Amino acid sequence: MTTDDVVPAAPPAINLHTRSRIRRTPVTWVRRGGLSALLFAIPILFIFGAFSWWPIISAFIMSLQKTNLTDAPVWVGLDNFRAVFADPLLPTVIKNTAWFAALALIFGYPVPLVGAVLMSELRKRKGLYSVLAYLPVVVPPVVAVLLWKFFYDPRPEGVFNTVLGWVGLGPFPWLADATWAMPSLVLEATWAAAGGTVIIYLAALISVPAELYDAAEVDGASVWRKVWHVTMPQLRGVLFITLILQIIGTAQVFLEPFLFTNGGPNHATETVMLRVYNLAFANLGNNFGQATALSLLLAAFLAVMSLVYFRITRSWSQS
Amino acid sequence: MTTTAASTPPPALPGAMPGSAGAAAPSAALAATVRRRRRATPDNPDRGALSTADWRRPSVKYTWRGMHFVLLLLLLLWCLGPLLLLGKFAFTPTQDILTHPMSIFPNGATTKNIDQAWNRYHIGQFFMNTVWFALGAWFTQILVATTGGFVLSVLRPRWAKVLNWAVLATLFVPAVVLLIPLYKLIVHPPIGDSLINNFFAVWLPAGASAFNVVLVARFFDSLPREIFEAARVDGAGPFRLFWHIVLPMSKPIIGVVSVFAVIASWKDFLWPFLVLKDDSVKPLSVYLQSMANVDKGTLMAALAISTLIPIAMFLIFQRMFLRGAGLGGAVKG
Repeated sequence: MTTDDVVPAAPPAINLHTRSRIRRTPVTWVRRGGLSALLFAIPILFIFGAFSWWPIISAFIMSLQKTNLTDAPVWVGLDNFRAVFADPLLPTVIKNTAWFAALALIFGYPVPLVGAVLMSELRKRKGLYSVLAYLPVVVPPVVAVLLWKFFYDPRPEGVFNTVLGWVGLGPFPWLADATWAMPSLVLEATWAAAGGTVIIYLAALISVPAELYDAAEVDGASVWRKVWHVTMPQLRGVLFITLILQIIGTAQVFLEPFLFTNGGPNHATETVMLRVYNLAFANLGNNFGQATALSLLLAAFLAVMSLVYFRITRSWSQS
Repeated sequence: MTTTAASTPPPALPGAMPGSAGAAAPSAALAATVRRRRRATPDNPDRGALSTADWRRPSVKYTWRGMHFVLLLLLLLWCLGPLLLLGKFAFTPTQDILTHPMSIFPNGATTKNIDQAWNRYHIGQFFMNTVWFALGAWFTQILVATTGGFVLSVLRPRWAKVLNWAVLATLFVPAVVLLIPLYKLIVHPPIGDSLINNFFAVWLPAGASAFNVVLVARFFDSLPREIFEAARVDGAGPFRLFWHIVLPMSKPIIGVVSVFAVIASWKDFLWPFLVLKDDSVKPLSVYLQSMANVDKGTLMAALAISTLIPIAMFLIFQRMFLRGAGLGGAVKG
């Protein structure tokens, strides 16, 4: 971190010799700002302690216990993890989550890129385009889902079926069908999230050095060659970042399957997060131990992804 | 505006993605340093792949103008279209919504939906709950991030390094893990009664955002040390330094964190859904979910009303929103 390379701004400049000779007593500690630093740290220590550090420790403890809200917890060793792996729905929910992630990449990865490259060449009204692209992102997610749920009305009079009917397609079953349900969920999720990706790409495109384009022009590169051989390689970093971000995000997807289909039809859209929720809170009933065990396994996967992200962005910023 | 950015915090908890489980989730797309960069050439600061000479060539000019026009149409259709449709539904009688969703007011418009949503389903009351939720969550986040950042970046006691790592480490822990232990903590806190249906159940965990702390600490790092030294020489203690010097200089970053904080609580669903169950505290997002099966016209009016405020906020604070969203890309360099 940056703590090393900046000169410590510690209170009164006492040189090291005198410092080692002064006996450290509570009074000198207070004088030298120890107490006020501690006072300023109270909010962060309390909030992180109670709502971040302790719950993390508590998650490990709970994953080794049989526990719910009413009975006293009982230690059960690794039984919860065994239950997770014995869960007949585990392969289904992993497959569904991976399918959601894959579809989200297919729908949501190339289109924002093309849009952003086009937008970055705008000489005027760039703001209008950005605002339009970002608009769905500010719509509250619950509103977006409930609105799209209505769009997905499977009757021929449904919104999407009406529109597609104009060109002679449909009617489609959308959420009511096991094959159609997941792509429908992803389509809405893409609508809601793509604007953010566009803005990230736009910010990255602004930082492509103009000299590179100038140099390419001197070499007689055409417009398309400039886009392909100058712009794209410069975006490599940010493309990788959005990829990892998207995987981390989609691996935890909950809202869409929960509100659109509640995992149905026939578990076709039940994701890992929804399974965690169902184990802990739904009718399956307060199986906190197993739910925590499953969430820890998912977290381990996500932590690996974040670590990759962290390492790579770090090596970039150091180079 | 610069910072001494070295690395980027990994966004372990993508709260911005639809469907994240976060109580304390920072926005994924926003995990980055506070840094803006401009293109290098001063004489033509705004150029992209196309040069001015390219734009003069008719073939290039008309191709790109054409593509830009198509893009605009697609954006209008894909991004604005559904929202315009929602606006139309809010004023269309339920019967027409169900039978002719794409016709424009086949049997006239009505304000009955709005009236129902507002007066019978009390959207306004739940809207106020969301406002309370957002205000409190904003306050804890600002309090923790500014005081924490001050300790880590300016005061720097011996144990700051340990604290820094303890905070950074939580970036790697996704919200999924916290969900159940936090719920248990809220239901059975070690002191006092259950916090279910108490705003503190959403306010307090919101403060534990490592992302905010990192963002603010980085910003404090970039403030000139000489000013702090000068203040110390003039006899200002840490409290004065914090309140009269550091905070007033930090308006930009406080603005960014505030916008993130308000949006995050506006969007949050799962956590308030679990802990704010009573109608007296339920925020709008949770209430809308329970309205899913009411009369379609009323539901559409309720959805439209709930969208109006965030969209108005976005249009007013466009720059801040878009700059914040773009932070995700400003990692390299």
